[in-house]
Amino acid sequence: MGKLTIGCFASLVGSLNLDFAVKLSAAAIEKGHTVDLWVSGNGTMLSIKDQRPFKDYSHLEKPLKELMAKGLTVTACEACAEARGYNKDVTMEGFKRHSMDWYLASTFSADRVLHIGGE
Amino acid sequence: MATTKLGFIVQRPPYKSENPKLALTHAIATQSVEVYLNEGDTVTADIAFIGDGVLNCKKDQKAMDYYGLTSTEQHIKMALLVDINIWVCKEDVEKFGLSEDDLVLDAEEFGADMTVNVVPYSEISKKMEEMNHLLFF
Repeated sequence: MGKLTIGCFASLVGSLNLDFAVKLSAAAIEKGHTVDLWVSGNGTMLSIKDQRPFKDYSHLEKPLKELMAKGLTVTACEACAEARGYNKDVTMEGFKRHSMDWYLASTFSADRVLHIGGE
Repeated sequence: MATTKLGFIVQRPPYKSENPKLALTHAIATQSVEVYLNEGDTVTADIAFIGDGVLNCKKDQKAMDYYGLTSTEQHIKMALLVDINIWVCKEDVEKFGLSEDDLVLDAEEFGADMTVNVVPYSEISKKMEEMNHLLFF
């Protein structure tokens, strides 16, 4: 089995890029692969807890928690999050926060790196 | 002991999205990546500006004066200071009616030895083939 590192910079609501990244993570984990998901820039919005599941807006907290329980490692850029006021108190449980070098280190052992930019 | 080479390809113009700045800050973060890796292992970053992305390399940016923000130019200089290879597509620079004189080419004031390389696209393409992974910004 391989390791996939996904970086996503798009915000939670809007482009559906984060939805795609989470669905791809789910598919890879289902097949037995290891997945590191890194969110930076506006993508750090994914880390906020208590997302209310309106039908008109992407809400990924529930699938994300299920994936984390299955072994998904998901990490937010700490500086990007703090710059947006997404501090530790509003971060969902299990969501890691590191500096950008964590993402680069994850690519070291990755078989594939999929980088999905921001808006 | 191994090295993973990352190629950062910046295609978007400055200040219309966060992407170019994030490309530069992530590339600069290679400086501290080794804290997560085994001794002798490392990750390197090369940055290529192509298409609209070459506009990031325009010199004399005033982001600090107008917005109180570090300019993309300053980030490029920081990247040079930490010995990151930077490639700029010559053809795309010329398409905008610009020349090397219009671009940030060095960071001598910071003591950087590296300089920006303005080269044909074919050369950038060749460099990117050497990379383990490409990241598009």
